[in-house]
Amino acid sequence: MSDMEEGRVLPQSVQQSAAAYEVVREAFGPAVSDFDANEFMPFFEVLETEKWQDIALFMRDHPRLKFNYMACLSGVDYPAEEKLGIVCNLESLGVLGHRIAVKVKCARNGGSIPTASYVWHTANWHEREAFDMFGMQFTGHPDPRRILCPEDWEGFPLRKDYAVQESYHGIKVPY
Amino acid sequence: MGLLDASFSKHNVVVTSVDNVLNWARLSSLWPMGFGLACCAIEMMATNASNYDLERFGIFPRSSPRQSDLMIVAGTVTMKMAERVVRLYEQMPEPRYVLSMGSCSNCGGPYWEHGYHVLKGVDRVIPVDVYVPGCPPRPESLIGGLMKIQELIRMEQIGLSRTDALKKLAAKSVDPQQAIERERRAVRA
Repeated sequence: MSDMEEGRVLPQSVQQSAAAYEVVREAFGPAVSDFDANEFMPFFEVLETEKWQDIALFMRDHPRLKFNYMACLSGVDYPAEEKLGIVCNLESLGVLGHRIAVKVKCARNGGSIPTASYVWHTANWHEREAFDMFGMQFTGHPDPRRILCPEDWEGFPLRKDYAVQESYHGIKVPY
Repeated sequence: MGLLDASFSKHNVVVTSVDNVLNWARLSSLWPMGFGLACCAIEMMATNASNYDLERFGIFPRSSPRQSDLMIVAGTVTMKMAERVVRLYEQMPEPRYVLSMGSCSNCGGPYWEHGYHVLKGVDRVIPVDVYVPGCPPRPESLIGGLMKIQELIRMEQIGLSRTDALKKLAAKSVDPQQAIERERRAVRA
């Protein structure tokens, strides 16, 4: 089975992503995981969370990577692993044309991830949203406030174990 | 429309009660506050536009709560918006009316269970006179709701509380099924 998988021909876009990944792997070695050749969105994970900012900057500026565009940054809850994470969809828009997703994880309670908002300004509000919904901190973020929920909202709504608060400013919240 | 139930006499004189005249004047120029919260607002705008033309009822949106006497809560009321809705309501001069348009503002609608951020019915924060069901309600439904507000105003008298006027309105309600059957028979015939 594994032979077959190794033997399968990857679509060209995934091959490009794999080539881009190899550049990152060469520079950062064990700080990044193996490449996952997911056909919908090939990705790798940053295993040493504190290196995320360096990796991001490297990916943006390296002449063979040029990931100049952050298409999306989403938060994820992994209750089984006791972790929270983000998934960044990156693209080299109009330069090299390749794309890749990067996953970064941190501890579920009190965990933090270095901000990428100085690398891609798009990340600023996306990280605020991830914080708003999941509660991970982004160290070095220029404006670490909630973005959608009211500032005095309790809890983080998209966590798997979220339970809504009973009342907000004296108004009953549950149905 | 049966607004003034007296006929004109010889010298263009009409005899009616003060209540009747006041009510007729108020219900013939309902000014809703021009604000919408979600997709219902699109339908409300369509109702204001030329096809459905609310202005033929004297209804046209005002841009200030201080100039409006009707609040159409058109859309999803989030917890964040709820307090603003209350403030706007408080800024409206009395007598004021509230029409809750669509499932979201009636009871939370599709957000009733997992919508942590949605107020489960605008009547949790302000008193509602007329509920219009639908998701979103068609312009005809909204017009129906507005007609209901007009009927409510027609029920009012000096010295009669809003609660009693609403009771009076409920007592005068007709079963729509009968009217629908009557229409169908007329079409078949």
